[in-house]
Amino acid sequence: MIRLVLPAHLRTLAGVDGEVELEVAPPVTQRAVLDALEARYPVLRGTIRGHGGGPRRAFIRFFACQQDLSHEPPDAPLPGAVADGSEPYLIVGAMAGG
Amino acid sequence: MTGVRVLVGTRKGAFVLTADAKRADWRVAGPYFGGWEVYHVTGSPASPDRLYASQYSGWSGQLIQRSDDGGATWEPVGNAFGYAGEVGSHQWYDGSQRPWEFKRIWHLEPAGGDPDTVYAGAEDAAVFRSGDGGRTWQELPGLRQHESGPLWQPGAGGMCLHTIVLDPAGGGRILAAISAAGVFRSDDGGRTWRPRNKGLRSGSIPDQEAEVGHCVHRIARHPSRPDVLFMQKHWHVMRSDDAGDSWYQISGNLPSDFGFPIAVHAHEPDTVYVVPILSDTEHYPPGGQLQVWRSRAGGHEWEPLTAGLPQRDCYVNVLRDAMAVDGLDECGVYFGTTGGQVYASADAGEHFEPIVRDLPAVLSVEVQTLP
Repeated sequence: MIRLVLPAHLRTLAGVDGEVELEVAPPVTQRAVLDALEARYPVLRGTIRGHGGGPRRAFIRFFACQQDLSHEPPDAPLPGAVADGSEPYLIVGAMAGG
Repeated sequence: MTGVRVLVGTRKGAFVLTADAKRADWRVAGPYFGGWEVYHVTGSPASPDRLYASQYSGWSGQLIQRSDDGGATWEPVGNAFGYAGEVGSHQWYDGSQRPWEFKRIWHLEPAGGDPDTVYAGAEDAAVFRSGDGGRTWQELPGLRQHESGPLWQPGAGGMCLHTIVLDPAGGGRILAAISAAGVFRSDDGGRTWRPRNKGLRSGSIPDQEAEVGHCVHRIARHPSRPDVLFMQKHWHVMRSDDAGDSWYQISGNLPSDFGFPIAVHAHEPDTVYVVPILSDTEHYPPGGQLQVWRSRAGGHEWEPLTAGLPQRDCYVNVLRDAMAVDGLDECGVYFGTTGGQVYASADAGEHFEPIVRDLPAVLSVEVQTLP
C-alpha cells in the first residue's frame, strides 16, 4: 500500500483528509502512483501534471525519504520505503505565490 | 421573490452576494474555492441557477466549477483545454516567436438558449466551447489560426482573450477581444474570424492603421441593439454602430479615457458607464477620487457619479470584468475594486453603497436578476 500526502489545496479539491492510500502494482514509479491517484480522484487530473500523464506542473514538487524526487524520470522506481508503505510520497506545493 | 445575485471572483476565492429587489440588505456567502484565483463567475441566461466559475492557481492550474443551485454547491467539471491542430506561434515581447501555451481561462460566456453551452476565453488567446456543461472543451481554432496570429503580442497581463460577446438572437455572430491583438468577429459561429479594429488608434504601436495590435480592454452592448458596441480601450472609449466594422472615439469630457470596464444600462441602450483610471502606469483613479462616469447620450457627454464613493485617498483599480448591471426596473449598477470593495447602486448610479468592503482584490463582478 502506497501512502501519499497531498498539499492542502488538493486535499480540499479531492475531498480527502490526511493521507491517501493507494494500491499500486510494482514497479512503483511516479507515473504509476499518479495514474492510480488520478484514477481514484479524476478531479486531480491536470492539477499535478499535464493531462494524459504530461509533465509535472512547475510549482508542484515530489519528496520522499528526505529527498527531492521532482526531477527523477517518471518511470524511475521510487525508494523501497515508499513502495512498501513505510514512508509516504509527498506531493508538495512549492513555496511560491502570495 | 424578485432579487439579485451578485457573483464575485477575487484573487482568493469566489463570493455570492444576494439581496431582494430593494438591494439594501445583503447576504454574503463564501469564500468558495478559498485561496484560488477566480477570474470569472457567471450564470446561464437560460437557467439562472446554472453557474460557471473559472478557478486558477499557480500550483495546480485551471479548473472549471459548475453549480446547479445558484452557487450553494459546486462541482469541478472539465479542465482539459487543448489547442486544436498545429499550435503555431505568436510574437513575444522581444519580437521572437513563441508557441501558444495554455495558461488560464479569463472569461466564461454561457449561451443564451442552452445552459450546457458555454464559451471560454483563454490565455494564450483562444476561444473554447463546451456543449456539455463544461465537462469537455473544444477550441474554435479558426481564431488562433488567423493569418495575423504570429503578430499578436501579449499585453502586460498576458495574451488573454477576455471578452466574448454572443449574438443575443442566437445567431452565429461572435465578437472576441484580445489584449493586445484587438477585436475579432466571426459571422459563422466561430469557424472563421476577421479583425475588426478599423478606427482604433493606439499610441503604443507604430502603425495607427494596423489591423491588429490594439489593446482592447472590454466591449459592452445592449441586447436590443446588437450592432452598437461600446469599448473601453487601453486609452480611449470607443463606439461602433456597425457591429465592429468601424469604430469612433466617444471619450468626450472624461477626466481620463484610460480604464478597464464598460457597461450599458439594462433599459437605456444609450446609457453607458465607465470608471476612469489615471493612466496605464498609475492604475488608480484621477485625484484619488473613485468615480463612475455615465453618458446618457451614447458617448461624448459624460457626467460623474460620486455619491457614496470615496472622493479622497482612494487608489484602487476596477478591472475589466468587474462591472455589471442588473435588469430590475430601476437598473442597478455594481462594480468591484482591487481593494476588495464591491459597490452597488440601486438607482442607475445616482448613489452607491458598499455591499462588502474587505474582500480579496476583485477580479470580476456579474449580476443575475432573479424572478
